[in-house]
Amino acid sequence: MCQTGQEPGKARQHGRLVPQARESPHLPNACDGPVIHFDNVTKTYPSQNRPALESVTLDVEKGEFVFLVGPSGSGKSTFLRLILREERPTEGRIHVAGKDLARLNNWKVPYLRRRIGCVFQDFRLLPNKNVYGNVAFALQVIGKPRRFIRKVVPEVIDLVGLEGKHERMPDELSGGEQQRVAVARAFVNRPMILLADEPTGNIDPATSIGIMKVLDRINRTGTTVVMATHDAAIVDSMRKRVIELEYGKVVRDQSRGVYGQAY
Amino acid sequence: MRVQFVLQEVWTGLRRNLTMTVALIVVVAISLSLLGTGLLFVKQIATDLRRSPQVEHVYYESQAQAYQHFKQDFSRDPAFTNLVTKAEIPDSFQVKLYNTQADYSAVAGAVQGRPGVDQVVDDASILSKFYALLDGARNAVVIIAVILIIAAVLLVANTIRLSAFNRRRETSIMRLVGASNFYVQLPFLVEGILAGLAGWLIAAGLLIAVKTLGLDSLQQYFPYNVQLSEADLIEVIILAMVIGVLLCGATSFLTLRRYLRA
Repeated sequence: MCQTGQEPGKARQHGRLVPQARESPHLPNACDGPVIHFDNVTKTYPSQNRPALESVTLDVEKGEFVFLVGPSGSGKSTFLRLILREERPTEGRIHVAGKDLARLNNWKVPYLRRRIGCVFQDFRLLPNKNVYGNVAFALQVIGKPRRFIRKVVPEVIDLVGLEGKHERMPDELSGGEQQRVAVARAFVNRPMILLADEPTGNIDPATSIGIMKVLDRINRTGTTVVMATHDAAIVDSMRKRVIELEYGKVVRDQSRGVYGQAY
Repeated sequence: MRVQFVLQEVWTGLRRNLTMTVALIVVVAISLSLLGTGLLFVKQIATDLRRSPQVEHVYYESQAQAYQHFKQDFSRDPAFTNLVTKAEIPDSFQVKLYNTQADYSAVAGAVQGRPGVDQVVDDASILSKFYALLDGARNAVVIIAVILIIAAVLLVANTIRLSAFNRRRETSIMRLVGASNFYVQLPFLVEGILAGLAGWLIAAGLLIAVKTLGLDSLQQYFPYNVQLSEADLIEVIILAMVIGVLLCGATSFLTLRRYLRA
């Protein structure tokens, strides 16, 4: 992450210096230019006639908070999957963190994904690990040393508001708490981008506000957040940039926008 | 740390997949045993042919000794042994030739008809039947072994696939979070190789039994020593291990590439 006036390799959190392990040098730290850049991107799935995304061109700058709205099938999930390089565009170019995804070798994709955190509607926690284990898993599988994990994981669990619940298993947690664990797992590696695919879809409106507060807190640390959602109330209350998709096309791109327009 | 994490994942995988893994171990054990047995048979035949010198050794068997041996060999048939008296068992020279096939006629011709020589017997004629049997047994064993190895390969592929399916939640999160392909595949590879090694250990035990109880006990029918050495046995066992590990490792790796693509 680029922040001016920082020592390389370290980041500030809550005012304390937290040394970060050296990340793989495969992707450059893009300190200038948009963090996500779509250039005339079209994606058609093989079994369908209509493209899931059509001629999408947009930029997301570092540190932005973007809502992606639109009816089911409008291409929101496809958009997120393209950023993660889970799908490849049929046409057009995508740049994430300054790197052209089309030119990315298959074996470099994992390193891209370490810079991107992901949260889903169905939480996707491991049922046989407790809160600590679920969050630590994200660091263990990329080979971080145990000392590092023991220091960083409790911090991020506190950040999402689950102090004292390290030992709980997922089935002992409410939906809102489970999603917080998922957010903690997505954020623990201090990614550049946090993608959220309908994170409040399975959560009641009151608890959703708590989740959004966490995402907002994360956004304030400099993480770019892109969130696909149906939740009109949240979009309206936060007044962030709104990109509306309809049948795969961008029909609206508004900073400080609301969920829907009065037609 | 990393090693500990991988081992943890391997342990989880083995536990969840236990039935299939046991089946895999058994099939690997049997196929390696059969393959090893076939190899041992081959070595046995080769050893014997190698050790045919021309008059390397002459062993004199006196009448008393011969009678003892005769009673031992046919100890299961006392009715027969009782019919034969000591006087009917002759003294004999057991001659070991360097090159039985070429030199037998020469040596036999030289010795035959000499005063005191009653008969010159070519053991090869007796043993030829035994060798035919051994040949046939070896062929049968190798064919069965090949079939079993094909079965083992398919079983490894299926077991790994099932294991990957059982662990798909963990695997998908690992890929999402940015674990390198190698890291994702490693626990399954280790699982496959461990199962292969376990099967090999069982096979090694069986091969030792085949050699000591089976082939060595046939030594009594040979006038000279054609026992396979320990070195031979170890060679076959190591070959079995290499084949076993390569088989399991390669199959696991190829299966994973198909079912765990990035």
